[in-house]
Amino acid sequence: MKLPVKMTINGQTYSHEVEPRLLLVHYIREVVGLTGTHIGCDTSQCGACTILMNGQAVKACTLFTVQADGAEFTTIEGMAKDGDLHPIQQGFWEKHGLQCGFCTPGMILAAYQILERYPNPTEEQIRHQLEGNLCRCTGYHNIVKAIQWAAEHMQGAAAKK
Amino acid sequence: MATVTDERLFGKSIKRREDPRFITGQGRYVDDLKLPGMTYAAFVRSPNAHARIRRIDTAEAARHPGVVAIFTGQDMTGVNSLPCGWDLRKEKGVPGVIQDLAIVPHMPLSTDAARHVGDPVAVIIADSQDAALDAAEKVRLDWEVLAAVTATDKAAAPGAPVIHAGAPGNVAFQWEIGDAAATDAAFEQAAVTVKKRIVNQRLVANAMEPRACVARYEDATGELTLWVTSQNPHVHRLLMCAFVLGIPEHKVRVIAPDVGGGFGSKIFLYSEEVVCSWVSRRLKRPVRWTSTRHEAYLTDAHGRDHVTDAELALSKDGKMLGLRVRTTANLGAYLSTFAPAVPTFLYGTLLNGVYEIGAIHCHVSGVFTNTTAVDAYRGAGRPEACYVLERIVEAGALALRMDPIELRKKNFIPKFSGAHQTLVAVAYDSGDYPAATDKLLRIFDYKAFRAEQEAARKQGRLLGVGFSTYIEACSIAPSKVVGALGAGAGLYESAKVRVHPTGTVTVFTGSHSHGQGHETTFAQLVAHELGIPIEQVEIVHGDTGSIAFGMGTYGSRSGSVGGTAILMSLNKIKDKGRQIAAHLLEASPKDIEYSKGQFQVRGVPGKAVPFGAVALTAYVPHNYPEGLEPGLEETSFYDPSNFCFPFGAHACVVEVDRETGLVKVLRYVAVDDVGNVINPMIVDGMVHGGIAQGVGQALWEGAVYDERSGQLVTGTMTEYALPKADQLPMYETDRTVTPTPVNPLGVKGAGETGTIAATPAVVNAVVDALVPLGVDHFETMPLTPERVWNAIRRATTR
Ligand code: FES
Ligand code: FES
Repeated sequence: MKLPVKMTINGQTYSHEVEPRLLLVHYIREVVGLTGTHIGCDTSQCGACTILMNGQAVKACTLFTVQADGAEFTTIEGMAKDGDLHPIQQGFWEKHGLQCGFCTPGMILAAYQILERYPNPTEEQIRHQLEGNLCRCTGYHNIVKAIQWAAEHMQGAAAKK
Repeated sequence: MATVTDERLFGKSIKRREDPRFITGQGRYVDDLKLPGMTYAAFVRSPNAHARIRRIDTAEAARHPGVVAIFTGQDMTGVNSLPCGWDLRKEKGVPGVIQDLAIVPHMPLSTDAARHVGDPVAVIIADSQDAALDAAEKVRLDWEVLAAVTATDKAAAPGAPVIHAGAPGNVAFQWEIGDAAATDAAFEQAAVTVKKRIVNQRLVANAMEPRACVARYEDATGELTLWVTSQNPHVHRLLMCAFVLGIPEHKVRVIAPDVGGGFGSKIFLYSEEVVCSWVSRRLKRPVRWTSTRHEAYLTDAHGRDHVTDAELALSKDGKMLGLRVRTTANLGAYLSTFAPAVPTFLYGTLLNGVYEIGAIHCHVSGVFTNTTAVDAYRGAGRPEACYVLERIVEAGALALRMDPIELRKKNFIPKFSGAHQTLVAVAYDSGDYPAATDKLLRIFDYKAFRAEQEAARKQGRLLGVGFSTYIEACSIAPSKVVGALGAGAGLYESAKVRVHPTGTVTVFTGSHSHGQGHETTFAQLVAHELGIPIEQVEIVHGDTGSIAFGMGTYGSRSGSVGGTAILMSLNKIKDKGRQIAAHLLEASPKDIEYSKGQFQVRGVPGKAVPFGAVALTAYVPHNYPEGLEPGLEETSFYDPSNFCFPFGAHACVVEVDRETGLVKVLRYVAVDDVGNVINPMIVDGMVHGGIAQGVGQALWEGAVYDERSGQLVTGTMTEYALPKADQLPMYETDRTVTPTPVNPLGVKGAGETGTIAATPAVVNAVVDALVPLGVDHFETMPLTPERVWNAIRRATTR
């Protein structure tokens, strides 16, 4: 049995017929073909699959595709606008917040949510909020710095407006 | 045309050139690859730790819609065992062998028995991943379940179930290093001796990207392309072609594209890529397999797993007279690619540490168990050695009632240059061990901490500091020496530098980056050496189709060995360029010097040709030296003359909650000496990650098998506790710089220092916090709240 789904990903509309058991992360990677969203585990621990659903960070491996019908998503591929990096992406680059890059898309989208909640986060808040995202390479030090960098620059940009 | 720059890039923290693709989701990992006509593999694995295969019934599975084919080990005729690349046998002349390595077979799909949970016995190939997984559940397996043994210290006990016919008593090998008689004599003279059981628990590497492969055989050309999560694609190709499948190497291309971390676990040749390659040749269709995280826990080579009894003999005033070490190393169910090297030549040879010790003897038995194979995990042998030494030294300080820093300082090998011969075969390259510790103490402010600790204790708070003054061995070489020690491979590296007619440069390196940032570091080196902008340099790695050969990346060898190979090729380029320039400038080649991107006549600043013009001349050789070949491209293979030995001193501060046993890391300070540093930002990043893994081992991580069932209890991320952001502090890192004389870059290697140093620093800190309560040792890590709480309770209710 297949069910129809329709959703918006990075501003583009997709509609497909999918099996009810198809996980959203598999849909995005295998059906839509956006491979920036990664799969690092099978127990919803690692956060490599984090994306934004209607503006909220979710782990794409925790949803069935059919549950996402009608929703609006941003994946890592949709973070840069017209070739300009989002300040969070820039922060990860500036502060060496990545090594192998595998956790990075999930980290960046988790960071987006953190900065929505805490535009001026403390180190402790960042660390606490990152609890659902694992990185095996960086020891988190530079990820924290990257998010702090982004916070400063997003505040700066907001102040200018 | 290339332009010129005199920017000094060596030693600069420039931003990584690979990052733009990763931060925008454009990285290309193996599992991202989709090919027309692709099939998907699912492996049928043993649910038992030890069982004889009676029957594998695939009839129902074969009828599942979408299934293309099913193969068992019986079908894979003409296929050989996965090879073990380290031959620890007397007849090979390998020093220290007491009992020869039992080279037991490891078939890609087992035909006779399963020897650990997760051992693959069949593969389903289907049109979709779901169909393959569904069908795998329909395979009926009839097992004769056998008794299993998983515990390291029980594997060789009388009556333990025998895992391989070729290894009676489950002993894989016995090996020794050092001088047993001299060590016995030292213990007789000792004023104080300490003896501890020190267990280095089993770990799982947990690279965030699970292993994956795509194999594509093209019937028309007879060529096989294998994309695989590998740290060393050429090694993968060689082992798979020459040893297992018997297919011609030149018809096989192995590509390791973006790889999401390795930490050792992606060095080895595994069953899955071999089976997928074989299947693709058979079906003439591409095959993709991606490990689930659970499969990763069951099948990625594990690390560590030593049980050690260590003894230290000391004089009254704290001189280290003797060290005696007896280790049982768990190798798992099969011999992984480099498994025998890890608990022997990467372990025993490091037991001299940074100390002058009167005598050392170390005995190691490798044992087989019904567990996942154990091989190199970040540090590989060296963390185990460092942990034993730094724990027993700390125990010695307690026994002498001496400050642990004072004891270390009394025994440091003094600053030297040239070489320092140890008692365990290796000769250190260069070192100033007291300086690293002095710098650490300055940054850390040891005195102030002891005062703070005193004050905290008065309030009932348990603060502790732990140190580790470590040494490690990188860029293991030369090939001749490692060959004599049993290695089946050389340990050099290759680099081809191709200068294009316009003067831009492509470097093909045999090193492989899976997070280390080679595309930046190596480009910095090239731009620095040639005096050209970094934008004009491209680094290519991870493809046997374009790279001459390569030994890959592990053991912190890329900068020192891979980097030096690049430097050698650059020097050859400059030599040839000098001849071309001399011709153009009508001077003698010996009068031409290369500086700031141009060849110029020495002492005549105006008489010069830029690098780009020389490159163009090499490809348009109209006005050209007689007899010189056109083109500007050079290949080098660098085989180092010795290992490099980074070292350093780390300090960790913890607070232990008396009521719950919870350990909190409050501060971490690291002073490392990795020789010269090309990109400090990247080196610091690797130190950070290494520290997190080392702290992880001390406090949280550990692979646990249920002894009765042989099941891996920690088979998912829910049970295996990986370090998280909220458990770790910011790290304070600094350096001393003692260049190595081994290679012209002076670079030692920086990928593993953190992992090696951090584990003992943390455990020493916890012990230091608990000493007032009477806790002086932990036999086993991780120091979970339960373990710490129990230790406190035992000590305080005595
Ligand atoms: S793949 Fe979704 S949390 Fe790991
Ligand atoms: S950068 Fe490799 S897992 Fe985070």
